[in-house]
Amino acid sequence: MSLFLTQSSIGRKLVMSITGLFLILFLTFHMCMNLVAILSAEGYNAICEFLGANWYALVGTAVLAAGFIIHIIYAFWLTVQNRAARGADRYAVVDKPKDVEWASQNMLALGIIMLAFLGLHLYHFWSKMQLVDLIEMAGGDVCSQALENTTNGFYHIVNTFSSPINTLLYIIALAALWFHLSHGFWSALQTIGFNNTTWFDRIKWIGRIWATIVVLGFIVTIVMFFLDGFFGLNILPLLGA
Amino acid sequence: MAKSINITLKVWRQKDAKSKGHFETYHLENISTDSSFLEMLDILNEKLVDEHKEPIAFDHDCREGICGMCSLYINGHPHGYESEVTTCQLHMRKFKDGDVITVEPWRSRAFPVIRDLMVDRGAYDKIMQAGGYISVNTGGTPDANAIPISKEIADEAMDAATCIGCGACAAACKNGSAMLFVSAKVSQLALLPQGKLEAARRAKAMVAKMDELGFGNCTNTGACAAECPKSISLSNIARLNREFLCAKLKD
Repeated sequence: MSLFLTQSSIGRKLVMSITGLFLILFLTFHMCMNLVAILSAEGYNAICEFLGANWYALVGTAVLAAGFIIHIIYAFWLTVQNRAARGADRYAVVDKPKDVEWASQNMLALGIIMLAFLGLHLYHFWSKMQLVDLIEMAGGDVCSQALENTTNGFYHIVNTFSSPINTLLYIIALAALWFHLSHGFWSALQTIGFNNTTWFDRIKWIGRIWATIVVLGFIVTIVMFFLDGFFGLNILPLLGA
Repeated sequence: MAKSINITLKVWRQKDAKSKGHFETYHLENISTDSSFLEMLDILNEKLVDEHKEPIAFDHDCREGICGMCSLYINGHPHGYESEVTTCQLHMRKFKDGDVITVEPWRSRAFPVIRDLMVDRGAYDKIMQAGGYISVNTGGTPDANAIPISKEIADEAMDAATCIGCGACAAACKNGSAMLFVSAKVSQLALLPQGKLEAARRAKAMVAKMDELGFGNCTNTGACAAECPKSISLSNIARLNREFLCAKLKD
């Protein structure tokens, strides 16, 4: 039975669907936690400590990483198969039907943008937080300055978004994420088979609204920290340090 | 009063399955806008025959939109830009004087070109042979009211059954996927009591054959349904996924 996850087209799509929904769930939690940083540095750092180099957080990180890796490997695998299925000769004239969403035909390109962003994002945060603790636990050399800030997520946010370039890159990646999710959410449910004529447009709209809420949540946090840092307003966190 | 237009055609010419194809350009004058697209090709072919050249091979049969034999990828759309029509129902009044019309065969690994604009759509027949039928002994005709079926279900099954198997779905799909066709065929039977009995076996067999024949993986772009001359709904694909996954989970 388990072979169908690799051997049949619908099985492979199911893997994309399940990992995709898992990642949407993760993004939703991630966005909610980010909003805490706007309110309270202490609260945010408490979350960072909870999700630091503890065994349960490490297990969570491993599961999350597996979700990303499987989703990405399958994406490339499916794309290679799908390009081959088109045949050797390409159409000379291609005109996209008006009912077809642009995002649905460019999921891999959007994914690659986000993959590049993921590298940058891990460098900005994970490599300065959980990774430092892990290196230290493994007996590696870590400078005390870096070690002090491994659970000071608030400090890293302020640092990252004081740069307009970082802010812009993050917003570009989030725009790609919106397009990716606007197709990904309903497509995932369609693949599982959770769809019918009545719910077709409803599920599409739930997906778009969900994508908008998640992406807006991230952007609000980024923009507020950028404005606060760039213009030296010092109003964040709103509930005081 | 009939109007006539002058057009330029760029047609894919390919001697046989193994040869390399190329586009050939033809100029046609005084084409009546009342003629159908296929009649226009007939006129071109007669002209070619008069010039002792090979006529263009293209599939056609009933010419009234129900046999599923005509194909043609016209200006980037299977069966042309008009929605809900097959190529044989497309008329030259939809084109303007001076238009350049590019005509290509279906392009999909599972639909190899036989000659010019003709492709081998035997893959769809093989999928049907794998499970697109009901294998019960029907006996005498039962009374129509012996097995009650709701109007909604009957309508949905009938809508799925309007699929003519022309191949436009796989031709339109950027992934060369045949999911819309297979889902319509699975749905028309799975929705009705007579077909439900073998629904699980049918879904597994037809999907396995579809994968084996080299069709791609569906990514839900919806190009198939947008280009389908019979407007087969994408919700059929959700039903096929459901039928297939439930069948696999029971194994």
